Parts: sequence; C-alpha cells; structure tokens
Amino acid sequence: MKLFADLYTALDETTKTSLKTEALTTYFAAAPPADAVWAIHFLIGRRPKRLIETRKLVEWAIAEAGVPPWLFDESYQAVGDLAETISLLLPDPQYSTDLPLHYWVEERLLPLARWEDDRRRESLVSAWREMNDSQRFVWNKLITGAFRVGVSQSLVVRALAQVSGVAAPVISHRLMGDWQPSPEFYTRLIARESEDADVSRPYPFFLAYPIEGSVDQLGDISEWQIEWKWDGIRSQLVRRNWRTFIWSRGEELVTERFPELEALGALLPEGTVIDGEILPWRGGHPLPFAQMQRRIGRKVLGPKILADVPVVILAYDLLEWNGRDIREQPIEERRAKLAALTDSTRDSGRLILSPVVTPASWEDLTALRRESRDRKVEGFMLKRHGSPYRVGRRRGDWWKWKIEPFSIDAVLLYAQPGSGRRASLFTDYTFGVWDGDKLVPFAKAYSGLTDDEIRKVDAFVRRNTIEKFGPVRSVKPELVFELAFEGIQRSPRHRSGIAVRFPRIARWREDKPAAEADSLETIRALLPPG
Amino acid sequence: MKPLLEVTPDGLYCAQGDFYVDPWCPVERAVITHAHSDHARPGSKRYLTSAPGVGVLRARMGSDACIEAVAHEDTLDIGGVRVSLHPAGHILGSAQVRLEHAGEVWVVSGDYKIERDRTSEAFEPIRCHTFVTESTFGLPIYRWRPQPEVFSQINSWWRGNQTAGKASVVFAYSLGKAQRLIAGVDPSIGPIFCHGAVQKMNEVYRESGVPLPATLYAGDAERGYDWSRALIVAPPSCNGSIWMRKFHPASTAFASGWMRVRGTRRRRSLDRGFALSDHADWPGLLGAIEATGAQQVLVTHGYRAPLVKWLGEHGLEARTLETRFENEEETD
Ligand SMILES: [Zn+2]
Ligand SMILES: [Zn+2]
Repeated sequence: MKLFADLYTALDETTKTSLKTEALTTYFAAAPPADAVWAIHFLIGRRPKRLIETRKLVEWAIAEAGVPPWLFDESYQAVGDLAETISLLLPDPQYSTDLPLHYWVEERLLPLARWEDDRRRESLVSAWREMNDSQRFVWNKLITGAFRVGVSQSLVVRALAQVSGVAAPVISHRLMGDWQPSPEFYTRLIARESEDADVSRPYPFFLAYPIEGSVDQLGDISEWQIEWKWDGIRSQLVRRNWRTFIWSRGEELVTERFPELEALGALLPEGTVIDGEILPWRGGHPLPFAQMQRRIGRKVLGPKILADVPVVILAYDLLEWNGRDIREQPIEERRAKLAALTDSTRDSGRLILSPVVTPASWEDLTALRRESRDRKVEGFMLKRHGSPYRVGRRRGDWWKWKIEPFSIDAVLLYAQPGSGRRASLFTDYTFGVWDGDKLVPFAKAYSGLTDDEIRKVDAFVRRNTIEKFGPVRSVKPELVFELAFEGIQRSPRHRSGIAVRFPRIARWREDKPAAEADSLETIRALLPPG
Repeated sequence: MKPLLEVTPDGLYCAQGDFYVDPWCPVERAVITHAHSDHARPGSKRYLTSAPGVGVLRARMGSDACIEAVAHEDTLDIGGVRVSLHPAGHILGSAQVRLEHAGEVWVVSGDYKIERDRTSEAFEPIRCHTFVTESTFGLPIYRWRPQPEVFSQINSWWRGNQTAGKASVVFAYSLGKAQRLIAGVDPSIGPIFCHGAVQKMNEVYRESGVPLPATLYAGDAERGYDWSRALIVAPPSCNGSIWMRKFHPASTAFASGWMRVRGTRRRRSLDRGFALSDHADWPGLLGAIEATGAQQVLVTHGYRAPLVKWLGEHGLEARTLETRFENEEETD
C-alpha cells in the first residue's frame, strides 16, 4: 500500500508526462506482480462496483474523527472532496502498515460489498488506524469509487513497455478484454512471448482526431477513403473458438445486449474481428438514437423491444481474418476482405458494409456534408489509402470531420463542486432556458471553460447562492453561456421535454443578459421532425 | 459595564484608555500586535509594539514613524488601563495585547502559533476574562505535522531537485514565514538565494538578533548562473511572474498552512506544497482558548463561524468580531 500511495503522490504532484512515466516505471520495477496488476487495474480506470453507501462511510468517519456532523459538513465544504475530507479529519494513525496493495484490495476492499455493517465498520476503522495521510486518501478514493489520477492508459502501457521490453502495442492489446487482476495475468502481460489465452480479447480501437484547419490541406481527395460518420455504439465483433463476443469502445462486453448480433457471429468464419458501429436500423436507415437508449435501458430484452428496435453493425474495418492479425495490411486489402464477409452474410441483414462516398473534389464533399443531418450521420471519416489500422488516437492517417454542433445560449441555474483537481471549485453546472417567464433546467455541462473563467464563475457562485441542497447551490440566474451539443431529441424523462447529446460549454457570453438567453421554443425548432 | 474593546469604523477601540489595537485607519495611538500588513497600517501618530518587534515594524511603517517599545515583562498605564504585551509566537516581535481595567482582563491574540521556532519568541498563554482570538485555520482539517517532519520533506525535495538538475523555488510570505523557513532548512545542502523583499526582512531579523544562515540576493547572481543547486525563497506573488524565468528548469513549492488541502495546491499549479504555518491549527486554537480560562471568546480571521459554533457547544460565550484583519491566503 505504501508503494502505491507513493506512486499516487508522485503522479499527483506533477503534470509532466516524462515525470509521470518515470514514477510509473519506478513503481512497476519495484512492485510484486500481485500488486502491480491491481495498480494497473485502478490506474486505467477500472473500478469495483459500489462497495458501500457513502452515508455509512461518512457516519463511521465522523464517529472515528470525533467531530459533530455539522463540522464534518463545514470541513467538506472547505475541502470539496469526500475522500480527502475524511483522511484529513481522522486522528493520527496508531500503527503503520507494510501490508501490500493486493492484501488491502482483496481482503479488505472488495469484501466490503458483501460484509454486514458491523464487520465493514470494524474493518474500515482498523484500516484507518493503520494508514498515514496519503495511504488513507488513496484508500478512501478506492472505497468511494472515485480513484482518478491524471494518467492515460497509453501512459501506463508505455511504462509497462519500458519496464518489460515488450512492445507497447502488444501490451496494449493484452490489456484489452476480460482479464482478471491476478499475478498470473501480470506475468503474461509483460512476458516476451505469450499464448493469447483470452479468446474474447478485442484489439485497441483506432480513434481519429478532428480535422484541424480546412480539408483541402489534406492533399488530393483521391488519396482518401471517405465514409459517413455514424452515431451509434462503436464496437468490435469478435468470433473465435466458435463463440461470439461484442465489445463496446468503453471496453465493456455487451454481447448479451445484442442477441441478434451474437447470432450474426455464427455466420462468420473462425478467427474474425470486425470494427464497426452498432446502430438501431430499419428499412435502410438508422432510427433515432433515443430508440437505442430505450433498448439499452431495458434489463430484459423481450420480443417486443427486439422487434421495435432492431440493430445492425455498420462494418468499418476488418482487424483479424482467418485467425490472423491483419491490422498492418493496407486499408484497401482489409476492406476487400471485409466486403467478402458482408456479401456472404447479406441474407442476415445484420452486417452492412459502411458505404464510401467518392466526390470529385473537396468542394463536392463539403456540399455533401450539408446533408449529414438529414442522413442522420455526424459528418465524415477520412481514411488515408494504404494506411494500417493503428492503436489509440493518432493524427495523420484518419481524421473525423464532424458537422458543426448545435448551439444555444442558456443561463446558469445550479452549481456543484467538481472532483479531483477541481474539488474545491464549483465546476459542475446546470443550465436553463426560458419557458415563458420561467427558466427550466435544460442541460448539465462540466467542460469548456478556462481555469481562469472557472475561478470567476466559482466566485460568482459563492457570492450569489440562493439556496443550498447538499453540495448543490442554486444561484441568481445571471450568467449566460453558449452551449454546444451534438444531438437533440424529445424526452419525457426531462423536465424540459428535451434531451441533448454531449452538451458542453462553448463560451461564456459575458455580453448577454439572462433575459436574452434562448427559449424552449427556439430549441424545439431544432428537433428532428416526427 | 462597557466592554474594554469595541469595533469602531477605525478599528478595535479601547474607550477607557483612548487607544486602538491594530487599527485599520490612521489614529492617534495604535497598539500593534505584529507587523503584518493586515494588523499594522501606516499613518497613525504613535505606535506601541513589543521590544523585539521594533525593527520589523519600523521596516514596514517607515523611518519617521513614531514607535515606542515595551519590553515583554513591563506593564504600561494608558489612561488607567494596564497594558502589557506577551509573545504570540507568530513572527518576530508578535505579541498578544493584555488589557486590564477595573478587575476585567481582555487579551487580543493577534495572530499566533503554538509550536516553538527559532525566529520568534514562544507563545505564552495568558489568563483573561475575554479572549479575542484569530481563527485563520478554524477547521479540524487543519492539523500540522511536527516541524522536523516538514523540514525534512523540504530538505529532501531540495536534494531531489539537485539530482534532477533543477532549481528549488519555494514561495513563502516575505515577513516571518521566509525567515522561519531559512532558519529551518539544512544550509549545508546548497546556497540559499532570496528575492529582494525577503532579503530585506532577513537583514531586519539579523539586526534584531535572530541568527539566520547566510543568504544571497538573487539579483546579484551573474548571468548564466547555474541555479540547479540553489534554494530560492520568494514571496508568493512571484509565482508565474517573469522574474521566475531565469531559474528554469525549476521545481516550485509553497510553504503555507493552506497547502494541507490538495485542491489549494493544485489550483496554483505548484509542484509541491509544504503545510508549514505561522498560525495555530485547530487543536492549537482549542488548547490556547482553554488555557486562557476566558468565558467570552471573540473570533476574528478565516473560518470564524465553525469555531464560534464549536465554542458555543462547549459552554463558552463566543461570537464573531467583524474586523478588517482580512487574511488572504498569502499571509500564511
Ligand atoms: Zn500575521
Ligand atoms: Zn492576521
């Protein structure tokens, strides 16, 4: 635990990538496999299911700290982070601990989920008494499921590659899939040669950056394979050992959610991995994404919802063919093989080759892009001819060229403190728009402001609070922000009757008074017909 | 009976003796707890301060200010009020002001710190009926680690930077904290350079008889000087300024009680925060208040409301005192 807490401190103390990598390699070089594997697990953002109710955790911390509940609340207000507040309030440790991370996780953390309250409490309190400030902080973060530290998966991969001498893409690939945090897994992860034991394992997704500057800077249009950018669930369909696995981009195994696609897998040859987009689809067109959300929301998929919201895979790419990793082959060759597969499964109607468009010029493409919304796509994907299928988000070979987002002006109504780096600042906002002479909450947004602007908004919130509801404050409706978002649809679940996708703050409209913010009526006009 | 001190537009006023304690406007007669700018403001006719604090107060108020010293063991009679000054342990010369009139005793703490250090006289608890206390860090999240532990963190950060070929720039309030820091680090590690504002106060401390290790003025170093072995002590306002450029590559740190909370460190984009404070922490405040035996406690500075509520729940008459001792983060 000490090594891991030191690692956390080192990562937390710097914003420089080189120092973070150094801290990671130092850690992995020193940690035993049984610990290192848990460290990876947490660092790349995997977290245990809810272990304990926050209310109970707070109650026990309050008792151990010997402060009245109101003083705990005051302290939390000042700190802005629950895990940190608890670790700062607890009395100094009575012992110290040399027990390793895997002990703490396997014997003390995960069992919390199944223990009775008495045992949970006893275990937590004795853990606190053994840990110093930084260990407690990390421990509390793990318990509350809020463990976050500014390292990306690729940084972890880079450090592991440095320590083990195994190429980064190999590590990255081995980290995909449904692995258990065991010492054996860690040993396989950094082994020079390894049998790929996990048949379900997908490949790391190749992700595109948005295009920078104008498209005609990309050279001759004929050098590019251009596809529509679909708005569904980016996924990989893996067919190996006569079994089918469907992975979402969030590395979640979602096979059970899509029985019709699992059936499709049975039509594919052994050793096939397809990268594509799962879309709700009927009559050659995508259904609104809300339909998909309706389907995803269901615990049980009955025949009615399966019939109402059928799904297909729009196939973008072929990564594995006849059991061979073909990601290094040029895109044309991969697409030719993919086309053969979509042809051979045409009767199922579930696997559709992502169509390419072949305009003669960038101007023609620009014109075509205007049809995006009507076609229910988000714009284009541009893929350079001859390019391999790379790992992670890379510039150069693939670009996305999305249509401009929608935008509206909305008024700040509620604010609450963020987490992590922004714990002591109000950074999470709810915005409203006019409905007659009232403002109705319309969207939440967290990102988009500069640090400087965040500080100003924070000061405004503190000075203009009307009411407090727990950590949430309602504020005088004065500040106007331009919000951008990608999609819009009707939603009976929202008070405004409207739900938007990926809302974010485009800019602060300091020039606009609240009265000039947009109304629900203006926003309804953006809704797709029907 | 009329209270011994009242908040007036000019500051805390003692009508019985016709003088002010730490007034925020120019007055005839000002009794000063210590030379920080939120307590000692220029323009008053006569200042009274503790004998060890004359040098620092003069440095702040200017050479023509009229400053009288009173030794810690002496008692003055000002208009029938017995006035004496007692060490507050905050910075060099910082004092608690004890007022006695008609059997009633009040003590104004000014800013204070319980832990001893080499650069100020040790805090002395004084029995009184009414205690005017600061509460800069009036929340139980503020508990200081023992000084040797903090200084060993600072020393090892400095050494680590030397190994990495980086300058070590530590921000510290130029009066008080900077000198305590300089007196506390291990000067055998490397040279200590100071910003002009800090260096000026170092001289005042030395002249007042506080020994400090040798320090150099950062502006005197020749061009192209290799800073990688140096510790540079600068006021917090230098963080992010162009003055910092010459030390590149550098690791930055801030020595302040506020650094106890991770968010305050991260917000300033500092590499390190050392929770070294010249104020009392929560247990320090509670202990000091109890030691006075005061029944009435008036609270100024920082997190007032929680401390007032806590004291009220523990049987004391406590309320906040609206002063203009506005303690910004920089003052610790
Ligand atoms: Zn002070
Ligand atoms: Zn002060």
